[in-house]
Amino acid sequence: MNENIIISLKDIVVDFDGQKVLDGLSLDIHDKEFVTFLGPSGCGKTTTLRVIAGFITPKSGNVFFDGKDIADLPPYKRPVNTVFQKYALFPHLNVFENVAFGLRLKKTPENEIRPKVLEMLEIVGLKGFERRSIHQLSGGQQQRVAIARSLVNQPRVLLLDEPLGALDLKLRKEMQLELKRLQREMNITFVYVTHDQEEALTMSDTVVVMSGGNIQQIGSPQDIYNEPRNAFVARFIGDSNIVDGVMIKDFLVNFGGHDFTCVDRGFKPNEPVQVVIRPEDVQIVPPSVGMLTGLVREVIFKGVHFEMHVDVEGYEWLIHSTQASQPGELIGMNIGPDEIHIMARTEV
Amino acid sequence: MNKKQSVILQRTYIVLVFCFMYLPIAVMIAFSFNESKSRANFTGFTLGWYKSLFHNEMILSALGLSLVLALVSSVLATVLGTLATIGIHSMSRRAQLVVNNISYVPVVNPEIITGVSLMLLFVMAQNFGLGGGNGLFGWPTLLIAHITFNVPYVIFNVGPKLRQLDPSLYNAALDLGCTPRQAFFKVIMPQLSPAILSAFLICLTYSIDDFMISYFNSGTMQTLPIAIYSMTRKKVSPEINALSAVMFCVILAIILISNAADSRAYRKNQKEIRKAMQEEGAR
Amino acid sequence: MHKSKASRWLAGPYLLWMAAFIVVPLFIVIWYAMTNADGRFTLENLTQIGRYSSVFARSLILAAVSTVVCLVLAFPVGYFLSRLRANKQHIMLMLVMLPMWMNFLLRTYAWMTLLEKNGLINKFLGLFGLGPFQMINTSGAVVLGMVYNYLPFMILPIYTAMTKIDDSIIEAAQDLGCNVWQILWRVLVPLSGPGIATGITQVFVPSVSTFIISRMLGGGSNLLIGDLIELQFLGNSYNLNLGSAMSLVLMVIVLLCMSFTSSFDESEMEGVV
Repeated sequence: MNENIIISLKDIVVDFDGQKVLDGLSLDIHDKEFVTFLGPSGCGKTTTLRVIAGFITPKSGNVFFDGKDIADLPPYKRPVNTVFQKYALFPHLNVFENVAFGLRLKKTPENEIRPKVLEMLEIVGLKGFERRSIHQLSGGQQQRVAIARSLVNQPRVLLLDEPLGALDLKLRKEMQLELKRLQREMNITFVYVTHDQEEALTMSDTVVVMSGGNIQQIGSPQDIYNEPRNAFVARFIGDSNIVDGVMIKDFLVNFGGHDFTCVDRGFKPNEPVQVVIRPEDVQIVPPSVGMLTGLVREVIFKGVHFEMHVDVEGYEWLIHSTQASQPGELIGMNIGPDEIHIMARTEV
Repeated sequence: MNKKQSVILQRTYIVLVFCFMYLPIAVMIAFSFNESKSRANFTGFTLGWYKSLFHNEMILSALGLSLVLALVSSVLATVLGTLATIGIHSMSRRAQLVVNNISYVPVVNPEIITGVSLMLLFVMAQNFGLGGGNGLFGWPTLLIAHITFNVPYVIFNVGPKLRQLDPSLYNAALDLGCTPRQAFFKVIMPQLSPAILSAFLICLTYSIDDFMISYFNSGTMQTLPIAIYSMTRKKVSPEINALSAVMFCVILAIILISNAADSRAYRKNQKEIRKAMQEEGAR
Repeated sequence: MHKSKASRWLAGPYLLWMAAFIVVPLFIVIWYAMTNADGRFTLENLTQIGRYSSVFARSLILAAVSTVVCLVLAFPVGYFLSRLRANKQHIMLMLVMLPMWMNFLLRTYAWMTLLEKNGLINKFLGLFGLGPFQMINTSGAVVLGMVYNYLPFMILPIYTAMTKIDDSIIEAAQDLGCNVWQILWRVLVPLSGPGIATGITQVFVPSVSTFIISRMLGGGSNLLIGDLIELQFLGNSYNLNLGSAMSLVLMVIVLLCMSFTSSFDESEMEGVV
């Protein structure tokens, strides 16, 4: 496993004007993986990306690429390329020249540049656009040029800094699939930065959830969604109900005044814990057979499902269901053992 | 007052103001074709004043001096100012503020003060023996004066453009393999060049147009505005009318040509953008 | 952009230039103003200026009158232009700027010929049995020359400020019950404050320091500060020390004017935000 680590960050500290943006961050990125840094703005995800690209020199810590320390290597000598947030296309060059820019710097022979650029433009779906000026492209087209401009240099790692942020929803969805396809076709590592959890879950092999300059959790999209390690991750990834509970013993947890069987173990007896339950995992049953009962406060139609706010012993629960209850109605709620996720109680 | 009346009122007002601005110029141009020297009676049509204008040695040599001076001083000011802008950009905020404020001095100071303060400097230098027996005043003082009042215009034209540049453009160039020097010449410079060009043109026009500062620093040399001034002192000289007409036509032509070029480029660009949008939609 | 330390040195040549030809000359003006012909310290030059107080007063008054006239003339122009369609605005702006490109000596000369005793205007009035009037060589002619030369400098900044006022703001004011005058005083003037301030400086400063306009249109009887200074440096009364003292006073006047308008500018901005 160790030999296919391509980038390794060790104890990276970055501060701007005395304020710590990255606080001793360590992370391994595997080769040919689609890795996403996910977190709210100011969490340090873009800073981490810029440390890898070489635009920021960390105050302390090491950046290893293929096992070699590249902390002192300037950006133009690093085998990585970046797709910038607002594309940063060169407005004075046309599409072809933008894509050819890196090749020309490497003194690639002229007769090799043309086929390479044209091939890359075809891959990103911009065949026939090579003579257009940058101003004459739509946002989505500019995005594709930016990707082609980076990929044509055959980087080992492509860094993408919220590249879809400026596009509208429909185009964004299209580009998500497109990026995933490109990553598979080019067979290289993509490191992707976003604050959009849905985007992260859709595209990634590995998601790195960040907050406050630290990593909160690393894992596959399924792990992150189903087994959030703490309340921050649980809240940030999708909607969830987080309630206080007590772990009575292995496989048995008490919350909401009821004992539930669960699949977690390894806590001390009677340890206070937090319980995460996704809104869609709550089953609505008649009050008489429910493990919990709650009073429906509000019902909102959301298209695919109804979103209900339900009062359960002073906690407000969020429930997604395809059947609507009426506000003021008393409902019963069942939760299966697999749907109960236990976290150690943290100070948030 | 209803809407229609107010529109008529607005139009009338604008027309009156433009009449005020253009009538004197129109009268001058009309009388440049006047046979007699009278400035009130039109006695007959002639092109004689234009003929004598183009044979007027004083005017022609003054025009030559003004053009060469403008060209040389503008080139030097543009180079000096562009380098300065880049240097200033990488200074600390405080240093930037100080340098910018001092650069503002020639822009906001009355021209007469810029003129006399430079003159005093040159007088002092002359007293120390600079310039030898002929004195310092002439080409060197004119050139220095023109560069001095032109450089700030370069800085204040190119500076904002430099600050507007997307900082990731420079990073993108590094990312694609440029050294910092290459990134500057291949990416930053081309972005700045329109601003640098327009700064150069501004310098040219200010330099050709300047009377006040040149007046105090020209010694016995005559730039075009100084020659015009000496002509106006001679009261009746219809050649001035002819000169005004020529200048007005030249200016008008320059403006119309640059305008036409602008709007053509704009229309072409708009068309391409529409085309791109349609393709995006069709995809 | 890159903030590399090396690129700072690019400003070096200009910094030297700036020191030699902007900063040092100003100090030389001060030095000359404070010394006599032998180079000894004296305040005589400054105290002597008192004798010319009438000239200073005339300069200030004529410049102030010209500035006010420009403001009154330019404000409606700026507003009307800003409400035109974009392509029309472009043409109109060109028309405003075109005369600025003509050398101001030529523009002033044009009025010289128009205002003469047997000039075109008197001739025209004569058709109705009026005049001839003495127009040239009056202070009125000087004001006219200033207004004519500097009007575009007032129109342009006001127009620029006005273009930033959205139609909906004016409509909102109407909706809330403003009549035409209230819209003017409560909306347009405050919102175009920065433009007005810029315009005032751009008209007042050249007006108060000119010597060409007064010489060409004012005859010998309308001496301004600029004329006095010119006479000390290049004219008959050659006295660099007195001339420097006068320049110094002129600079102070201009500084006061600018600090006044910039404070106006700021206070208006606070009102807006």
